[in-house]
Amino acid sequence: MARRKKNKEIFALGNEAVVEGALIAGCSFYGGYPITPSSEIMEIMAQRLPMSEDGVFIQLEDEIASMGAIVGASMAGRKVMTATSGPGFSLMQENLGYACMTETPLVVVNVMRGGPSTGLPTSPAQSDVQQARWGTHGDHPIIVLSASDVQECLEMTIIAFNMAEKYRTPVILLLDEITAHTREKIRIPQPDEYEVTSRIVPSIPPEWYKPYEETVRGVAPMPPIGSGYRFHVTGLTHDVNGFPTSRPDEVVDLMERMHRKIDQFFYDIQMHDELMIEDAEVVVIAYGSVARSAEYAIEQARSSGVKAGLLKLKTLFPYPRRATEKALANAKSIIVPEMNMGQISREVKRVNSGRASVRTINRVDGQIITPSEILKVIMQG
Amino acid sequence: MEITGNEIIHQYLRHNKKFPHVLCPGCGHGIVLGTLIRSVHHLGLPKDDVVIVAGIGCSGRLAVYVDFNTVHTTHGRALTFATGIKMANPKLNVICLMGDGDALSIGGNHMIHAARRNIGITALILNNNIYGMTGGQSSPATPEGAVSMTAPFGQLEKSFDTVQLACGAGANFVARGTVFHVNNLEKLMIKAIERPGFNMLEIITPCHTQFGRKNKYKTSVEMYRWLKANALDRERYEELEESKRGDKFPVGVFVERDEPGLEERYAELKARFSAGRNG
Amino acid sequence: MKDQAELERFEIRFSGLGGQGIITLGKVMGAGLSLGHGYNVTQTQSYGPEARGGSSRCDLVVSSRRISFPKAENLDLLVALSQEACNAYYPYLKPGGVLIIESDMVAQPPTNQYLGLPFTAMAKDRIGIPQAMNTIVLGALTHLLPFAVPRIMRKNMEEALPEKIRAINVKAFNLGNREAKKHFGDVPQAWADMVVEHRKPEKKRSTQKK
Repeated sequence: MARRKKNKEIFALGNEAVVEGALIAGCSFYGGYPITPSSEIMEIMAQRLPMSEDGVFIQLEDEIASMGAIVGASMAGRKVMTATSGPGFSLMQENLGYACMTETPLVVVNVMRGGPSTGLPTSPAQSDVQQARWGTHGDHPIIVLSASDVQECLEMTIIAFNMAEKYRTPVILLLDEITAHTREKIRIPQPDEYEVTSRIVPSIPPEWYKPYEETVRGVAPMPPIGSGYRFHVTGLTHDVNGFPTSRPDEVVDLMERMHRKIDQFFYDIQMHDELMIEDAEVVVIAYGSVARSAEYAIEQARSSGVKAGLLKLKTLFPYPRRATEKALANAKSIIVPEMNMGQISREVKRVNSGRASVRTINRVDGQIITPSEILKVIMQG
Repeated sequence: MEITGNEIIHQYLRHNKKFPHVLCPGCGHGIVLGTLIRSVHHLGLPKDDVVIVAGIGCSGRLAVYVDFNTVHTTHGRALTFATGIKMANPKLNVICLMGDGDALSIGGNHMIHAARRNIGITALILNNNIYGMTGGQSSPATPEGAVSMTAPFGQLEKSFDTVQLACGAGANFVARGTVFHVNNLEKLMIKAIERPGFNMLEIITPCHTQFGRKNKYKTSVEMYRWLKANALDRERYEELEESKRGDKFPVGVFVERDEPGLEERYAELKARFSAGRNG
Repeated sequence: MKDQAELERFEIRFSGLGGQGIITLGKVMGAGLSLGHGYNVTQTQSYGPEARGGSSRCDLVVSSRRISFPKAENLDLLVALSQEACNAYYPYLKPGGVLIIESDMVAQPPTNQYLGLPFTAMAKDRIGIPQAMNTIVLGALTHLLPFAVPRIMRKNMEEALPEKIRAINVKAFNLGNREAKKHFGDVPQAWADMVVEHRKPEKKRSTQKK
């Protein structure tokens, strides 16, 4: 019986797996606005959070308010998330920038659909990749993750929360409609099976506390509002005390620390999977559901004697440069299939700097890139 | 609980924040901040339990000076952050400081929905009829015919009636006061902070720099005289014939209900489930 | 699980009209094959205006290995519960694949090679509620699919259903299973190598006429 319990399995949608992952990670606040194809996440949260120990669920008037509410709740000490799709993600950019500037941990799941604008509401796409990186104005560090199957939806959601809390930053989890709307058997891990990270809180007395102080990791402790540490939070460029400043030396200190806190932990943040890459002459670099098509194509290519391999990106930004360079070592050619006009391929080309030939497969018609499409390009050599 | 000016400074203003403040001579915003501090002091709220959530604009800059938990948010969105804070920790007293452009123009949608869901927030709307910080452009509270940087030939649009808006949207408590009638303002503000649900207090506060100078007021003192002459108790205003109302406007309490706030109703929902779990 | 067939990749499409319970059928069968039988299964379906406009589609990919590509492209089994669906998806059936139709709804099958039963009429006349149609199909398919075990499929279905409608659905499942055995005969030739060794015979069986 105990063994059976340990292997609790459910047949679930990608969107349902996101909720399971979030709850395992300790999410206790969801604020959102419904939008296809992410709505199941919100609907299940509306069921689960009121029934949980301390969970809060609230439906807001729009995505601007959703982002504001989760930032506020995070400041009050909660682990928070929202989920959306392209049009809603556009509305979130304003307060997402505020979260970057105030270093507020939060998770946004964007189930991508075809765009621009209202686009293709129920069709898959990967067209928000660069928006996730650069959507909000100003130079800012941010972490962007992706998942390609239902089990990964659960796992990457846990990792998204851990990274948000550890680095005090917004983390965007990009799914596409196929991953979100596929049902698969997944294993629900036991509570102790995953490392769950929470933000560090100050241990020094309030009168010594400086909310934006430089630390070893570049991440300052963050107390919840109302816990005795009274300080100022602002979206204006601020000094170590949180007060607005325009002194160039203080401005540059802030900007450099905010970037450094991410940059010096690339080894922890940049995640990828490799499949038959050691001797691969043709390497496919893919993410999300397209990585599954690529995997199928590569198996078929190998069985016809072509040395093909897959680099599956789980972290999209900061872009996994080292893993790409390794894949490039033996490769004569690189193929980057994406359901967009070429948003990751530009990163690949940047890292490649002319070493291998880079070919792209791009689809923007709301249809998945099939294994046979990828296979055809692999077989061209 | 009487409190002297010095005691206010020592107890409630931040010692490590460098002054001077950003407000112009003659601005009414400082009076609002002083009233806010006295109201909090009167209610005996611990400083740790008070959260000031401010928007963008001159009103938004007030938060930085006071020794509460202060959050200076994005333009128009103060209520959204406040909603998250209140739902995450209902024990906190959440007070929003917003301007007229902030709360009624860019944040108009958040304003009506916060009132509709009756969330336990105190919304202080500092109405100076203009976008002051950005240089005097029209706001939704700029009176018809008034001159601004974006209405150099006079404002063509009608202005919002903040009180009517909040009443219509379903706020628990709706009131209006002015920075000239300070004692009255303090009474209204105390109510707006201590009551349950969504409480909106509009505060008429003059901006001589950006509004008064370009219109008919030679000095800021004239603007305070105008407030003194035109603010009428709600009852007296209603008795007045419509033809005689002119520039006059009503102040006082317009709505006073005791419906539970959203966070209280949510707590009731959770109690239902936890009773199910434990029993 | 020991009594698992070695499945490379088996693709099933359920198709028909909105309201026939196509999605539920796919979900229940998918859950049964994955959680009950231990296969890897991916289930995808039509969403949005397409789903509301009358037609409905639900796909399963079943394998004993890890499934890379989650969508069905090359069907081993097509279940068509309307003429329109039959016409639309027959071209995706792979050579040797099996077509199952609702014989009243699909008046003009595109081939002679098909299996059919009047599932809707069976639900109305023999179960008493037309909504039980999809469960009859589930029962029939469980007989036909060489790697599905009726006992396991039925148990999984029961677990997924609310108490109130459990009994009637078991009845419908058994009817479909029985009728398929009677009319469809044994496992189709193309699937002969997928037969599970331990497909245990049912304990109780109504009289079989062949």
